[in-house]
Amino acid sequence: MSASTTVSEAAPPASGVRSSLVNRLIVRPEIGSALGAVLVFVFFSVITEEFLSPLGVATWLDDASTLGIMAIAVALLMIGGEFDLSAGVMTASTALVTALLAVHAGWNVWPALLVSLLFALAVGAFNGWLVMRTGLPSFIVTLGTFLALQGINLGVTRLVTDTVQVSGIRSSSGYDSAGWIFASTTDLGEARIQASVVWWIALTAIAALVLMRTRFGNWVFAVGGVLPGARAVGVPVVRTKIVLFMTTAFAGWVVGSCNILRFAGVQANQGVGLEFQYIIAAVVGGCLLTGGFGSVVGAAIGALIFGMARQGIVFARWDSDWFMLFLGVLLLSAVLVNNAFKKRAERVRR
Amino acid sequence: MLPVLAGGMVLAACSGPGADVPVPNDRTPVAAGKFESVAVVTHGTPGDAFWNVVQNGAQAAGKDLGVRVDYNSAGDPGQQAKLIDNAVAQRVDGLVVSMANPDALRPSVERAVAAGIPVVTINSGEAESARFGAIGHVGQSERSAGEAAGARLRQAGKAKPLCVIHEAGNVGAAERCGGAMQGYGNATTLQVDINNPTDAQARIKGALEADRSIDAVLTLNSQIAARAVAAVRESRSAAAVATFDLNSDVVDAIRAGALLFAVDQQQYEQGYLPVTMLRLYRANLNAVGGGRAVQTGPAFVDSGTVDAIAGLVAQGTR
Repeated sequence: MSASTTVSEAAPPASGVRSSLVNRLIVRPEIGSALGAVLVFVFFSVITEEFLSPLGVATWLDDASTLGIMAIAVALLMIGGEFDLSAGVMTASTALVTALLAVHAGWNVWPALLVSLLFALAVGAFNGWLVMRTGLPSFIVTLGTFLALQGINLGVTRLVTDTVQVSGIRSSSGYDSAGWIFASTTDLGEARIQASVVWWIALTAIAALVLMRTRFGNWVFAVGGVLPGARAVGVPVVRTKIVLFMTTAFAGWVVGSCNILRFAGVQANQGVGLEFQYIIAAVVGGCLLTGGFGSVVGAAIGALIFGMARQGIVFARWDSDWFMLFLGVLLLSAVLVNNAFKKRAERVRR
Repeated sequence: MLPVLAGGMVLAACSGPGADVPVPNDRTPVAAGKFESVAVVTHGTPGDAFWNVVQNGAQAAGKDLGVRVDYNSAGDPGQQAKLIDNAVAQRVDGLVVSMANPDALRPSVERAVAAGIPVVTINSGEAESARFGAIGHVGQSERSAGEAAGARLRQAGKAKPLCVIHEAGNVGAAERCGGAMQGYGNATTLQVDINNPTDAQARIKGALEADRSIDAVLTLNSQIAARAVAAVRESRSAAAVATFDLNSDVVDAIRAGALLFAVDQQQYEQGYLPVTMLRLYRANLNAVGGGRAVQTGPAFVDSGTVDAIAGLVAQGTR
């Protein structure tokens, strides 16, 4: 990810002025969040003993991981100029499909996972298709799927199980092997690293490569930046956007699978409201709400800030009543810093 | 960082999912020792009136015993598990956990036990408590509390109750309704949203108007009880209202005769007792309850007992 790739972004391209290293750094969309992450990290490392301990690190990495997996997919979609409000509920829907098939229909966990993957991809494709077909804002379309999925989650779960949660997947066949992929843990010294952390890092690397190094990545910037222009130069706009919606649905499936196999149960109302955290992480990571600009690595760092702050506050033993206030101040400052850098970056580019 | 971790995956011992730590079979992992800090991790959403009383109880016990009590909560089971992991990383001297979703918390609770931290479970998770290695449980069996409430309604001569569920994903709520409606062939349940009081009141009113034969409304939360009382009044229904849990509105309504009774699970005890139990365990290896759950309820508050309770509700301990 060298600075030269920023040319493919929709913002005005560098005018050939040789940039200094500082200037090259400043035009990166993730610079603000990276600084913020360092700040939060140092802050909690200094004021609490446990934050830097192996157990402590494992705890906040764990917290950041599932949020991060979603945030990078949501960042791609936002760079492509769209929102997905159904992303939070999707993590519960996929887990419920898997759990209902494995526990109540007695399936092996693997085919259950496959069906829930197909289900997720179908919903994602439907979101994308409907947005492109109707021209409605994705905010509205995915708000509809969000509500519909929420209803299906509760309705189907109550219908099948008579209660509001599905549990007992630990005794299903195929649980051990599937669990190894999605919910095993690795001990690095005293730290117990969850599989979701590995998924997070791997998917971040893949998504960053796709965005910055492939033709598809250029299409994403193009459809989010100047849609008519992208269409005019032959970018397959519809296909690109549908694939992006399917990507967030896929991420929802990964997180849903990690959750159901790790926690062995899923509640029908799980995931509601998380979609905003994904968007916040992406925005803290430098994504613009208007599309066409942003970074996958930034979104991953945004999720990291979230995880570090959320657990750091507990380590610091602050009264949790104030937690949301702290989070709000943190997010606002991150976005303000981002904004300042962006203005500076635009000056550099000119 | 990826290659490092990937390498770590291969080199380090990789544990299977969920199972995580092998917990010793004898279940006497912790020795007596210092007792300075307790972490309380519940599934209540921050700001919930019910859990506020639990928190008050835990903090009062901490003050009385000279122990630092940190209270944290998360409604999402995954988040709650992370808060438990966090407490383990802090090496607290005792842990209090409410287990609305025991399966999800199992690895984290067992890990705390294996790390030598005595655990007391509260509120929900009675059946799993000992199996996960906790030294005791303090709570009210939701099923039997529901049954007791149902029996009281029958005593009062009620034939067709409506049970109002205020939280879609709450297992305890479903249990209470199930217990209370047992034996009533014609009982109905109604789903409302606790975060939207206007809607809750309108829906209860609608249900009462749609079916005039409903002669009792049972709510599972004190905030919803006030909505039900108003709904009964507005719909000019003759139905009696009864509820679980207390607040000052409920107290006033009982005084005014608009509420038949409230089932009080005395959740202050669910905050206070575990800290005391952990203290006894740390100092003297005592286990309270002799292998059985300590029941905090159901206690009933009605027109006969309401005056004695009123002041305590106002100060946040009942």
